[in-house]
Amino acid sequence: MKSVSRFKRPARRTQWIVAGAAAVALVTSMGVAQALTLHAESITRPESVQVFPGDSVGAKATNSYCLMCHSAGMVLNQPLLKEDAWLGEVSKMRNAFKAPIPEDQVPIIAKYLYSIHGSKKGADTGAGS
Amino acid sequence: MRCVCIVNIDREDDMKQDEQIRKALARRAFIRSGALGLGAAALGRSALAAEMIKLPLPGGPDERRIITDYPGKGPMILQRTRPPLMETPFSVFDKGVFTPVDQFFVRWHWADIPTSIDPKTFQVHLTGHVNKELSFTAADLMRKFKHVELAAVNQCSGNSRGLFQPRVAGGQWDNGAMGNAMWRGVRLKDVLEAAGVKAGAVQVQFEGAERPVLPTAPNLKKSLSVDHALDGEVMIAWAMNGQQLPLDNGFPFRLIVPGWYSTYWTKMLQHIRVLDHEDTNFWMHPAYTIPDNWPKANMTPGEKDVKMVPINKMVPRSFVTNFAANAKVPAGRPELVRGIAFGGDTGVKMVELSTNGGKTWMPTQLGKDYGKFSFRQWTTHVKLDKGDQTLMVRCTNSDGLQQPMTPNWNPGGFMRNVVESTSVMAV
Repeated sequence: MKSVSRFKRPARRTQWIVAGAAAVALVTSMGVAQALTLHAESITRPESVQVFPGDSVGAKATNSYCLMCHSAGMVLNQPLLKEDAWLGEVSKMRNAFKAPIPEDQVPIIAKYLYSIHGSKKGADTGAGS
Repeated sequence: MRCVCIVNIDREDDMKQDEQIRKALARRAFIRSGALGLGAAALGRSALAAEMIKLPLPGGPDERRIITDYPGKGPMILQRTRPPLMETPFSVFDKGVFTPVDQFFVRWHWADIPTSIDPKTFQVHLTGHVNKELSFTAADLMRKFKHVELAAVNQCSGNSRGLFQPRVAGGQWDNGAMGNAMWRGVRLKDVLEAAGVKAGAVQVQFEGAERPVLPTAPNLKKSLSVDHALDGEVMIAWAMNGQQLPLDNGFPFRLIVPGWYSTYWTKMLQHIRVLDHEDTNFWMHPAYTIPDNWPKANMTPGEKDVKMVPINKMVPRSFVTNFAANAKVPAGRPELVRGIAFGGDTGVKMVELSTNGGKTWMPTQLGKDYGKFSFRQWTTHVKLDKGDQTLMVRCTNSDGLQQPMTPNWNPGGFMRNVVESTSVMAV
């Protein structure tokens, strides 16, 4: 502001701009010493194209209701779970995280996940969050 | 007395010096192992192919993709594409005590995350049980409040969840859902006092800009006690390691809760609500709860009627960083072993190494102290007999709390801090 006020006459418009630029530079360099000047950020996050395999009723339900909130990798990177544990996980998605899975589809999805990513000797917890 | 450590002007020189020492050590280690033709084994966890990594997750699945084209990030272990979960490759922690911003871990809960933010217009709104409700842009925070800097470890509650046995559901992290940065920002205390916290306030709740895809799902909201929020250590930070935060690490500013797990470090901080009651939202309970026996956070699988409480302070941990699992190490002569440690909610008092399964422990030398909430490097030399050997490392914090020899278990897979073992082959 001070540097601007030195140039009162409109005729000296060019110098106005130069002075203005100098003033901005000064503020910026002081800003660097004191704090970062933040710049706008934007990002295009990669999308997953992976789907659950097969065309069974279970595969279709799983692709319909699970992928709206998270990619398939989240499921396929889990340890192999017992069937009850998958039922617990799918129920948690419906009840706690409000996935719009019709109640009768919950066991169908759990059975399907057990068939592609389950084990009788698998983990039996369903309480992780 | 607790106070924010305001770093001296010579910090950058110290960091440069630290970097030089690191480079010299790394070079020496590389030359030694390289001379033996063991360079590749010493550099990281076994790579299956150029873009895959094998993590030591018992029973698998243990292969993960190393993603190299994620915008703004260097190589990261991809745990989930959407919402992003990306883990820091463990070899990064050997580079120094400050985790590079472009390899700092990423963890989102919900898939509707802003893809573009203008810091000139993004505001945090301070409302609730206060005398005067206020809103601030980043520039407002920078202009109105005193700036502070603090080195602090940000660690996911479920870091190392993939190592739990029996396994538990959730993000299947190895040990890389953590990082240490020099955070710069303002004290939350100063911001709250500008609004004036009313008598009768109980907790302060934080909410970021991420949203669930389904509007009926619960937004991620986390709360701290008023006393904690006003302790002068909790910060709102706009910079890490001298750079603005990447979007995926919370741009334009995030909460820093030194010594506490990341779940409280709200990213893209949008709402601060002073509550006159305890926060009972889903994300405080039952999500992110541990058995009520801190520092153990331990129970028996299947145990009933366990009292669960919100996860809170971190516990000490330590790691070997210059040898990957099953690395070959020259036998019969002193070899450099180094790593990182942190004390949890307080500083590192000592780090010890055992080569005989924990029967005896030898001291290590601690590196530069960047404050009690920071990673601290440790180094020592060991002479190993030929054959399979196990390096165990144990941190004791300034409160005397020591890492346990047996792992804890809880259904959330939270708060692992068992003494870690690194198998090496001395040749």
